[in-house]
Amino acid sequence: MNILTGYLRQAGTALRFLVLATLVLGLAYPLSVFGVGQLIAPYQANGSIIKDAAGAPAASALIAQASADDNGARDPRWFHARPSAVAWDPASSSASNLGPNEPKLLEAVTANRFTVAAAEGINESEVPADAVTASGSGLDPDISPEYAGLQVARVAAAHGLDTEAVASLVDRHTSSGLLAFLGQPSVNVTSLNLAVAEASQASQPAQSE
Amino acid sequence: MTFNYASFIVQVAALLIVLAALHKPFGIYLARVFEGTTSSRPERLFYRLAGVDAGTEQTWSVYLRSVLAFSAVSILAVFALQRLQGVLPGSGSLPGVDPWVAMNTAISFVTNTNWQTYVPEATVGIFVQMCLLAVQNFLSAAVGIVVVVAFIRGIVRTRTQRLGNFWVDLARTSFRILLPIAFVAAVVMVLGGVVQNFWPTDVTNQAAGISQSIPGGPVASQEAIKELGTNGGGYFNANSAHPFENPNALISLFEVFLLLLIPSALPYAFGRMVGDQKQGYTVAAVMGALWLASVSLMGWAVASGQGTATAAAGGLGEGFEQRFGPVPGAIFAASTTLTSTGAVNTAHDSLPPLAGGVAMVNMMLGEVAPGGTGSGLYGLLILSIISVFIAGLMVGRTPEYLGKKIGPTEMKLAAMYILVTPTLVLALAGITVLLPGILANAPASGPHQFSEVLYAFTSGANNNGSAFGGITTSGPFLSVMMGLAMLLGRFLPIVLVLALAGSLARQGKIPASAGTVPTHGPLFGGLLLGVTVILTALSYFPALALGPLAEGLLK
Repeated sequence: MNILTGYLRQAGTALRFLVLATLVLGLAYPLSVFGVGQLIAPYQANGSIIKDAAGAPAASALIAQASADDNGARDPRWFHARPSAVAWDPASSSASNLGPNEPKLLEAVTANRFTVAAAEGINESEVPADAVTASGSGLDPDISPEYAGLQVARVAAAHGLDTEAVASLVDRHTSSGLLAFLGQPSVNVTSLNLAVAEASQASQPAQSE
Repeated sequence: MTFNYASFIVQVAALLIVLAALHKPFGIYLARVFEGTTSSRPERLFYRLAGVDAGTEQTWSVYLRSVLAFSAVSILAVFALQRLQGVLPGSGSLPGVDPWVAMNTAISFVTNTNWQTYVPEATVGIFVQMCLLAVQNFLSAAVGIVVVVAFIRGIVRTRTQRLGNFWVDLARTSFRILLPIAFVAAVVMVLGGVVQNFWPTDVTNQAAGISQSIPGGPVASQEAIKELGTNGGGYFNANSAHPFENPNALISLFEVFLLLLIPSALPYAFGRMVGDQKQGYTVAAVMGALWLASVSLMGWAVASGQGTATAAAGGLGEGFEQRFGPVPGAIFAASTTLTSTGAVNTAHDSLPPLAGGVAMVNMMLGEVAPGGTGSGLYGLLILSIISVFIAGLMVGRTPEYLGKKIGPTEMKLAAMYILVTPTLVLALAGITVLLPGILANAPASGPHQFSEVLYAFTSGANNNGSAFGGITTSGPFLSVMMGLAMLLGRFLPIVLVLALAGSLARQGKIPASAGTVPTHGPLFGGLLLGVTVILTALSYFPALALGPLAEGLLK
């Protein structure tokens, strides 16, 4: 009986403690981080949204955009991101979670290798690992410089752009320095494709009014 | 993707140097908070509103009752409010959470496990994430810390029943330690690209004809305490592999630093509180040696790139993010399983088999290198008592630890502590693989299927929370089994630790004699290291042989 009333008293304190702590840790804390974030780094705090030439929000620099439609068809005009377990849908995120010896994974890798080799018109042995493996998030915006290099000729031809001009855009969207050393050199496909679109537009003859 | 050894060595060295530089000043700060006798004005207001009598100290059993009452109330509140999500504000159009999932999630976050049997994007809105789950990230971390503080008081104090006041310890740990660091860390994360807003953003790539709704949410504030409190529950399903939780390799390294920060400074605070800094250094050295050995082993196992599918892909890549690759992947995977964090920046299920095995062994060590906030240190202190006992047997003396006699009562409690987690892991995993039909929830083939089950229960009972994500545990049976693993894996050890604290505090201090085994220095450190590793090896070796070892060695 003594223990029971002891527990009840403790539970009352616990509930009051929890409610008060929630006001501080669950409201005041995240709201102040929000306030400071909007004040000093609104671009990052709101998802690193990048705009197109017209100034409209076009993408998040951190999130991949779909490289294939629902039927798996790939648009040859753009650089392609890595395979995704969630079809590049930012409303979800996931890895494939398949083991390194899983037959299903072996199948997927083999199929991806065939698709990429066919799309780029290269030998299957030339396809790099990141092009055939699903990323950890399914939303990985980055690919390896090797995979980007393989796609330059196709993208340049599709837009009627100079191969060297597209290659220099790839360079400009490749990470370097500390971030590349701690992680790996990466080409941001999302921002690269927007840059390609802009270059493509600029190279078209101006329309008469 | 290739393994850059130079990058690996630089990052491991950087972590060691920064943590070594900080552990003394931060450890002193921690000890001051735990030994403080005065309350600030806002704290006094907080105690008055909560009905806490800050002036009274509790016996071990009342202290324990407070821990259990607080945790029970938290589990019930988190469960009930998830069920009510549909009618609560700030949840968008999401309905109430499924009862099994809500039960599992409530236990998971209150026990500092943060096992996620739900897909956050599709299950929980801003209210549940921010006001329930993130709050438990703070409080469950603080509970772990206050338990080890009470245990240290039990060692230090003599002939007393009093171990301190749980509510005061909990408030001080939350508001003086976790909150200020989390705030600074969250701001750093925002600067690095982690999101912190309350709305999605519609974007349209006109040229390619792609429209997306980019998610928003209070991610940075949750991410900061998720790492600092060794919690690990992601705002997004992909956890720290998601670009909005972990946008680049520098932030990834910062997250590893955060999850190691408190556990690696607690030994200094321990040394200071027991008045013998050498004790703290010995514990810290054992933690550091185990961490370094395990991270190196993980680096080697990841770099091996083992696996038929991996070979067919031409190297590592599956489950890795391009901006990280295998080096941040290995450092994160080792550190998250050596603490009780469980956040991941790489899908553990797709790691080479032996790397997945290293992750499991890290948890099976009892997460003591440096372990979860508080739980890592009390785990290693219990192992110290076991080591003293073994050394005592060798020299034929009654074992003592820091001036306290380790008699039959103390040894029974310590031995039970050591048995709890392996029993839970092996029994629950064993039952799961034996029951017909249940294995369909782990669809992997060959030994990897058993690895998925073993990993789940190892993670649950050790309150880690990382997963071989191929397994689905949201159904009633596995929700309950995992709930049991997390609940018993958290609170049975806490009961035993506090009981032990009570029995040590009652004793008088016996002076050290020529026959006392010193509990500092390389000799004792080596013994402690050996006991830790051997206990794990004996308990888990057969299970490991059926899973990751079979997959990794039989190819």
